[in-house]
Order: sequence, then C-alpha cells, then structure tokens
Amino acid sequence: MSSPVTIRIQEDDFDIAREIAVLTKSRTDIGAVVSFSGICRADDDSAQVAALTLEHYPGMAEEEIRRHADEAISRWPLNGVTVIHRVGRFMPGQNIVLVLTASQHRQAAFQAAEFLMDYLKTSAPFWKKEESATGTGWVEAHARDDEAAARWTKS
Amino acid sequence: MKVKYFAWVRERVGKAEETIEPPATVRTVEELIAWLSGRSDAYAYAFEKPKVIRTAIDHAHVKSDAAIAGAREIAFFPPMTGG
Repeated sequence: MSSPVTIRIQEDDFDIAREIAVLTKSRTDIGAVVSFSGICRADDDSAQVAALTLEHYPGMAEEEIRRHADEAISRWPLNGVTVIHRVGRFMPGQNIVLVLTASQHRQAAFQAAEFLMDYLKTSAPFWKKEESATGTGWVEAHARDDEAAARWTKS
Repeated sequence: MKVKYFAWVRERVGKAEETIEPPATVRTVEELIAWLSGRSDAYAYAFEKPKVIRTAIDHAHVKSDAAIAGAREIAFFPPMTGG
C-alpha cells in the first residue's frame, strides 16, 4: 500500500473534485477521503476584510509541509495526502488552502487532516496581510492555533 | 551567509534578503539578532521585540539559542499565519 504525497504551492485555484480523483485514481484500497478547504473570509475578528495577500518562504514552505505530511503518514494508516496552498491576493470567498487525506477508514483520514491543518497554521512559513476599510496590516497569530497544534504533541 | 526576511520583518528592514558577514563573536541566533539590531534604526525597529521573531536555519525552525555556525541561509519572520 503506497501513500503518495502531493504538495503544491501555487497562485492558481484548485479543483477539489479533480484533486480527489487524482488521489484515488486506479485504487480500490481507499475507503475514506477527507477534504478540508480554507477560504478567504470577509469578517475577521474586528474588521470587514476586503482582500488578503498570502506571502510564503519558497523552499522552506514545501519542506515544512512535507515534514508534517510524512509525520501524518507515520502516525496514521494513510493511503495518500494532498496539500495545496495558494499564494497571492485573494478576495472573500476564494480558496486559499486544500488538504486531502485518504485512508481505509474515516477516523485516520479525519484526524490526519486536522493534524495537518493545525500544523499548517502554526509552522508552515506563510503570512497573511489583510486589507480593510481601516487600512492594511499583517494578521497576528492566534494563541488558539498554537493550542490546537500543541494537542498533537506526543507526551 | 545569506539572510532572508519575511512579512513585516522584511518591510521594516526594507529588503527581502542580503548577504552578511557577522564577526566570529556572534555565535547564536539571539546574538545575530542583537548584532543586526545595531546596524541601523530600520533593523532595530524590525527586531525591537526579539522574542516575537521566529528564525529558520537552512529551512528548519530553530530556537534563539541555536548556533549559526555553518548556516547557509538564515531567515527571520513573524509568527506564521497561513492555512
């Protein structure tokens, strides 16, 4: 049973159905695919967001995601992982990130997708800059994201 | 060594990357941040809260007491907000 890992950082949008089809093509051992999409939201905690700009650290971003994808594969019985993170400028409603996890059963796929998203938020080198009516500023990291990632740490 | 800056650290320093040659007495990330801060007001502003700054050496996260010897590329950036 192989566990192909696909990681892409791109400006272009992604097609969820197409990515699931690629992940499951010619395989009969996959019983569950979990898909998480992160979408640009208009209302942040305080202001109405007009647009978001995503910046990343080329090279490290891919490597950091791969390290966590590899860890997910070592922790759960996965049949494949796809992570696509977009960079550039986004309007509310547009896709930002896609995580797909495939497994024989749903539990591993759900948990691995959540694990990957928690680490994407806190340790993959991406930064969001927000444009709103009151101006432009970098989004601050949330303690709740650190807490969400910390619960996966092995004790 | 090559140094890269991202997000508001990049904006405050005023450049995305540069090549630096710190003196041999600068041995750790913490010491490098202090050395950079002394270069100009722009660097001092970028690194005014050194505990907030995250650092990567050769594409891997490191702590502020990490040694910089042998590093090819060091990156400084704010806490990450992707996903």
